[in-house]
Amino acid sequence: MDGLDTLKAKYLSAVAGASDESALEEVRLAALGKKGEISAMMAGLGKMDPDARKAAGASLNALKDEIDAALRARKAGLADAALDERLRTEWLDVTLPGRPRRTGTIHPVSQVMEELSAIFADMGFAVAEGPQVESDWYNFDALNIPPEHPARQEHDTFFMHRAAGDDRPPHVLRTHTSPVQIRAMMDKGAPIRVIAPGRVYRMDMDQTHTPMFHQVEGLAIDRDISMANLKWTLEEFCRAFFEVPSVELRFRASHFPFTEPSAEVDIRCSWEGGQLRIGEGDRWMEILGSGMVHPKVLRAAGVDPDEWQGFAFGMGIDRLAMLKYGIPDLRAFFESDLRWLRHYGFAALDMPNLPGGLSR
Amino acid sequence: MKFTLSWLKDHLETEASLDDILYALTDLGLEVEEVTDRAAKLSAFTIAKVLHAEQHPDADKLRVCRVLTDEGEKQIVCGAPNARAGITVVLCKPGTYVPGIDTTISVGKIRGVESHGMMASERELELSDEHNGIIELPSGEVGERFSDWLAKNRPQIVDPMIHIKITPNRPDALGVRGIARDLAARGLGTLKPLAIPAIKGGFPSPVRVEIDPALKSKGCPLFAGRTIRGVTNGPSPDWLQQRLTAIGMRPISALVDITNFFTFALNRPLHVFDAAKVAGPLRIHPAKGGEELLALDGKTYTIREGMMLISDDNGPESLAGIMGGEHSGCTEATTDVFLESAFWDPITVASTGRALKINSDARYRFERGVDPAFTLPGLDLATQMILDLCGGEASDLAMDGAVPDVTRAYRLNPARVISLVGMDIPEAEQRRTLEALGFTLSGDMASPPTWRPDILGEADLVEEVARIASLTKLEGKPLRRTQAGVPRPILTPLQIREKSARRTLAALGYNECVTYSFIDHEAATLFGGGTDAVRVENPISSEMTHLRPDLLPGLLRAAARNQARGFADLALCEIGPAFHGGEPGEQHLQATGLLVGHTAPRDPYGSRRPVDVFDAKADAEAILAALGAPARVQITRKVAAWWHPGRSGVIGLGPNTLATFGEVHPRVLAALGVKGTAVAFTILVANVPLPKVKTPTRPALAISDLQAVERDFAFVVDKGVEALTAINAAQGADKALIESVRLFDQFTGEKAEAQMGAGKKSIALTVRLQPTEKTLTEPEIEAVSAKIIEKVTKATGGTLRG
Repeated sequence: MDGLDTLKAKYLSAVAGASDESALEEVRLAALGKKGEISAMMAGLGKMDPDARKAAGASLNALKDEIDAALRARKAGLADAALDERLRTEWLDVTLPGRPRRTGTIHPVSQVMEELSAIFADMGFAVAEGPQVESDWYNFDALNIPPEHPARQEHDTFFMHRAAGDDRPPHVLRTHTSPVQIRAMMDKGAPIRVIAPGRVYRMDMDQTHTPMFHQVEGLAIDRDISMANLKWTLEEFCRAFFEVPSVELRFRASHFPFTEPSAEVDIRCSWEGGQLRIGEGDRWMEILGSGMVHPKVLRAAGVDPDEWQGFAFGMGIDRLAMLKYGIPDLRAFFESDLRWLRHYGFAALDMPNLPGGLSR
Repeated sequence: MKFTLSWLKDHLETEASLDDILYALTDLGLEVEEVTDRAAKLSAFTIAKVLHAEQHPDADKLRVCRVLTDEGEKQIVCGAPNARAGITVVLCKPGTYVPGIDTTISVGKIRGVESHGMMASERELELSDEHNGIIELPSGEVGERFSDWLAKNRPQIVDPMIHIKITPNRPDALGVRGIARDLAARGLGTLKPLAIPAIKGGFPSPVRVEIDPALKSKGCPLFAGRTIRGVTNGPSPDWLQQRLTAIGMRPISALVDITNFFTFALNRPLHVFDAAKVAGPLRIHPAKGGEELLALDGKTYTIREGMMLISDDNGPESLAGIMGGEHSGCTEATTDVFLESAFWDPITVASTGRALKINSDARYRFERGVDPAFTLPGLDLATQMILDLCGGEASDLAMDGAVPDVTRAYRLNPARVISLVGMDIPEAEQRRTLEALGFTLSGDMASPPTWRPDILGEADLVEEVARIASLTKLEGKPLRRTQAGVPRPILTPLQIREKSARRTLAALGYNECVTYSFIDHEAATLFGGGTDAVRVENPISSEMTHLRPDLLPGLLRAAARNQARGFADLALCEIGPAFHGGEPGEQHLQATGLLVGHTAPRDPYGSRRPVDVFDAKADAEAILAALGAPARVQITRKVAAWWHPGRSGVIGLGPNTLATFGEVHPRVLAALGVKGTAVAFTILVANVPLPKVKTPTRPALAISDLQAVERDFAFVVDKGVEALTAINAAQGADKALIESVRLFDQFTGEKAEAQMGAGKKSIALTVRLQPTEKTLTEPEIEAVSAKIIEKVTKATGGTLRG
């Protein structure tokens, strides 16, 4: 079978020598094409006697397979080389910028509101809402602030215009979120746990005040809720909100007409080099007002104070945002300066939740 | 409320330190706002003696002194004219901060001569404005601390001044004695007794008093006074002047200073009339209206009907409970004085004071409530002080009305106190606390003292007990979970939607803003608002006069401000309330997006193009989809006046408007100062219908393995034909087979009309056919195509483009 070895050597060398796909195709046709040399020899097998055919057939098939494999390998090699050659010409400056895409942001007030509801939801508080134009009954009377009470003057209230002939007391822009306490209790009765975040309005505008800001109200009414429960709730809230291992709160006696006893709440913090740290240091910073809901308030909302008791608290959402995220100026919250929105805003998918932590 | 430590000690026997007192005050609810402790500020200064003084070799006005200090002899250059040998001075050593000149002293050369410190003037130590020379002390040892010397020799100078914030419920703490009582109840000392002198009148008061019957029951239950004749009204004694100046009051004359002293010491406002200027009886009566009174603040007030006046035969002399009149006021020449002590109704005083915008220490106290039972004892104490300081002889009591009875009692339920506060305060301690505060206990009933008008129920007893026990000591106790297990969801569908809208907007590249709920009248009017119903009666500025009818004006103003700062490409949004009326609840939630400028900055790929109405539409649709709005909606053109009439639309479901999108009207943009075009959308979040059944289960997925077929069609139609008409028509050709119809091209404008005829345009649709039972044959496809062409041409009046 020397002839076959010679053939094999001839075609393998031809395959190796083919410099492009068409030359390779010529080699294939010459060897394995219909009229190729090996195809012709295969055709010649039919004239042999069965034993010889069997032996020669096996050898020829082996030769055919070997050449076919060589052809395929050479073909792939040539294709790779051609691709490599093409890719060499396809150079781009990859330091060019990516295609532009707008990046949106969430306002810190919205972000903090979601943080609040994530924390309080875990403690069983729903989110209640109420109108921002309020009757003076909800904003004041129901909260034990009678018309001539000095506390009412301290609210710097915005009043709505009253048409001539309309003798009702003018409506107000709610000065706090506390009227939502009344509405929620009238709506749902006791027991109840709600927070009520939202816009509130006071006639005050200077370095640290804006005529509109945000508060969150908290209300928990049940048969045996005490001020000690209030303290624990606020400690848990502050620890979770400020994302620190522990916090220390101090209750100071104070006065709010709608709670009794009332307390202002300070949080332990340090203030060094312009950096506020919650939970350490030897300063106390006032963060909210709170107390046990006044029996008159419960009664105004249709809840029997002999049967039910509980706490309420209120705090500034903008201020919480300023403290947590180091935002210096309240007024900038409402100026919509693009630079501010981009710097202090949050990404669309920064969705506060307890398992993942409130902030990134 | 301001007072000094020594003034407090007039009423409180205590060994407590200043720090302990300050801590207790804040803890008791009498929040310390400010403390001025001069002793602490002056503690670095020591006493020294000038041994020798000689002329500076190079400066006429300077002297070179040898000064004996606790650290030996020092050379100090001094410019004071009184610097001379033998005087005792106050030394500022190098390294000491001197408050009056805001400087830390260092060793230095003055005109070539070394100086090791400074000798201080009173102004440099902020003791007074005196700066004609350095302080010369009449006594003092070298090295003694100056603050110690002051404490011994001039204690009033180092008497700490304490400023506390008084909550409106605590009128009793508007007198030093009330503060002392709280501290005593806390255990910081004992309240000193207050001896009331027995005044024996020597003659009937020539000034008589009468309360109008209309006022006796409410406005003025009690009016009392005494005439003291033969007084000398000079300057008040030093101790009294010092009390007043320490809290920032200007001493005027003995008589006036005494009334001010009683206001602050005992929360007992008084008034003194010059009896010689009072004609006839003093009548307390409601004003007719229109009377004029020149008050002690130098202003003339026109009195309105019903306000309470004190008048004599000459006319109004005093605005009751608020401020006296100039005419009958006391002067240095006053020899006969009528001292008034009255009890005024808080509400009447408050409303008069507010109406006339007069603030006075008397009004502040009467409107919060003074002790009615102390009206007469206060009068006697003050009478005694006038007799002591100004001499003279007191008359009998002149009085009308009676001390109002404010007796009441509430049940003290010690168990309830413990349950509400969550602190274990023994019953005995609760009772002791109330008694220390002046309550009278009888069985389980507690009767508040007359100086505590704020105590109006059982809850107030709880507060008093808790306050004195100290809320600082309160320890948190876990709030029981409402249910065992995993917390249930708490947000309402609308709250969830608000959140979805906000997050989707941010994901679409919008920067969320929070703008004010009130805007200016012009902007409000442009957006269909600005009526009186939504007008703020007392706006804080002319830019915040009306509740916003829509969120767009606020965002447009924000865009204009950002444009002015050089930011031209903007995507702003807001989610918040808009107000369609001025009644509670006449507000609705909007989610509004605004695009101004270009879609992108300039880049090498040509991405940048001006934003247009279809950007706004796409974003509006994305948000509606996020809110769960149905995919099939109607688009109409019934837009409000602030939209471009040809380039805006309403997305609705029947009569229910879900959103409006489009270009903002150029006139509105011009009025609000926005440059270029702006496109926007407003979504009425609550109008998006809620799903009828809420289930997490999805409908089964129906997909076919059969080959889908896409066919394109182009139609020539009139320019005004809307694409949706063609799309809906095509869709209707075979509802089962046609999976989707999409518009993929539009050829319009001059070139198009040149080709297809005036007033024409071409639109191209691609229709996707999805068989479900067997693969489509060419004749079947042809049949559907013919149906589509027929339907579309019929609906649009157009033709298939050849």
